[in-house]
Amino acid sequence: MNNVVDHDTLTINTLIDIPTLKKGAMKDSAPYVAAPEFQQALGFPGELVDDWQARAIEKFGELLKKSRALQVYMDSCVKCGACTDKCHYFLGSSDPKNMPVARQDLLRKIYRRYFTFAGKYFPRLVGAEDLTEAVLDDWYSYFHQCSQCRRCSVYCPYGIDTAEISMAAREIMDHIGKGQKYCNEILGKVHKIGNNLGLPVAALINTVEDLEEDLEEETGVTVRLPVDEKGADILLVTPSADFFAEPHVDGLMGYAKVFHQAGVSWTISSYASEAANFALFIGSYEQMKLVAERIRKAAEDLGVKRIIFGECGHAWRVAYSFLNTLAGPFDFLDAAYPIPQHICEFTWDLIEKGELRLDKSANDHMTLTFHDSCNVARGSRMGDYPGGQFEIPRAIIRACCNNFVDMAADTIKEGTFCCGGGGGLLTDDLIDIRTRGAAPRMQALQDVVTDHGVTHMVAICAICKSQFAKVMPTYGFAMDNVVSLHQLVSNAIVLDGQNVNGVEHTDLDPGSQAQ
Amino acid sequence: MAYEYNGTVVEHDEEGYITDISVWNPELALLIAADENIEMSDDAWEVVNFLRNYYEEYQIAPAVRVLTKAIKKKLGPDKGNSRYLYELFPYGPAKQACKIAGLPKPTGCI
Repeated sequence: MNNVVDHDTLTINTLIDIPTLKKGAMKDSAPYVAAPEFQQALGFPGELVDDWQARAIEKFGELLKKSRALQVYMDSCVKCGACTDKCHYFLGSSDPKNMPVARQDLLRKIYRRYFTFAGKYFPRLVGAEDLTEAVLDDWYSYFHQCSQCRRCSVYCPYGIDTAEISMAAREIMDHIGKGQKYCNEILGKVHKIGNNLGLPVAALINTVEDLEEDLEEETGVTVRLPVDEKGADILLVTPSADFFAEPHVDGLMGYAKVFHQAGVSWTISSYASEAANFALFIGSYEQMKLVAERIRKAAEDLGVKRIIFGECGHAWRVAYSFLNTLAGPFDFLDAAYPIPQHICEFTWDLIEKGELRLDKSANDHMTLTFHDSCNVARGSRMGDYPGGQFEIPRAIIRACCNNFVDMAADTIKEGTFCCGGGGGLLTDDLIDIRTRGAAPRMQALQDVVTDHGVTHMVAICAICKSQFAKVMPTYGFAMDNVVSLHQLVSNAIVLDGQNVNGVEHTDLDPGSQAQ
Repeated sequence: MAYEYNGTVVEHDEEGYITDISVWNPELALLIAADENIEMSDDAWEVVNFLRNYYEEYQIAPAVRVLTKAIKKKLGPDKGNSRYLYELFPYGPAKQACKIAGLPKPTGCI
């Protein structure tokens, strides 16, 4: 098993230091290769094809033609070094190939060799190299040590987006038969069953019924989690981890309470019971479109007027930035609301209008900080103003909690560090690099724990939540020190008819509003 | 990649999950558990048996919350919580207990 972490190397410093280089430290870190059945289910070759070099270069050429951005990213790096210390995997692993510029160069040197005049005739003068097996091994290893979080691109003066480069590299590898097991197996499950988990409809219904029971027991109010209800106004598309894992499920129960209190009709779809779209991670436009079209079909079949996304980072990037081009136009939805809408936008709108009764003291046992998820922070927006994706989640937390502290300014908002498990890396075979990649966030968290007594970190992404629950114990925190944002809403919200300390709340008393 | 016991060979995938779930038996479970450094106490068996029954009905492992609730009913509130389940199966009740129960690994953002 390669999921053993040398805990001695994972000490937390008070400042984020630039590590001394350890050449090749992570060269053996690579995820399991997808078996032929997982590859073929997505239309990729089952295993590495004989003429893989030629096919890789052909595919690369195709991508360069299709994406002007990729071409510019290949051409425009001036090796200024601004990105070198910005990657959490570099900071956590000390491997120089995890510097974004070096990661990009793994592809760029092949670009130069086969697609530029100088590289074709004078390769050694321009850092061009042949596509050899060793290069392919490096690609497979280091392009799966990039979570496509785009932090480096914030600091790049040319705006070179390493995520796009690592997506292109993975797309090329899929097309020559060297795909990643984790992502490709999961995409196959979405096509077959409708979600990443492989949760069939009967299990989905059993799970939500169980949650309904718990909600009734907790509040004394019948709060429903409807599945496949035709004619509902709202389709909730949420990561399937929300039905399965902790603390995700506490967030899902929070959405249900908010919908209940808002008095709207809503439903989950068993056909599109997944917000995540792992096709983004493997750079496959065709797969991304297929997954997105499931959401459109579910919305049409159920006759909903609105689509709301639950707490999922990259799903929100795909939804906010690409859903319309992938599966639009959504002219059958109600244009009076954002298409699509984030659950945080929905909840915040109600809070602003004074339509939720929130008892902040229900969260007094915690002091919270907020981890901005990379894809929400740098790949999308919330609300109708720049930076809404930073302000709205924080505003909800402040409305639900008395104790909130932000982490250091260069580790949040557009400068946020990835959790270490994004971009298709949330798999056990990559636990070493995942744990190392979490180091910068853990350092920033440790600082606010020490200085401000922070007890819990809030996240709005299923990957972030699972990753932190898994790696935080390595850094001396407990697995339940990470919480869902709507878990806080769930704790604080007082539903109509809910019995709290012997007092039954019948209608909304604006005087008790927590703002 | 295979488990071997009493002259029987049982194939498993890269991560130790058996590939043909129909060949599972308690003896094999003990072997997988030993591989994972898990001691199969009565409580651990309770979890494994619940997973297998749930899987038979629903073709997937139960959500962690469903599992803790069921264990709470059977073993009491002291044991019906995720902390206790993680004591039994440190690598996570869903993944590690599924491996021992001979069920496929739950995938996704979990």
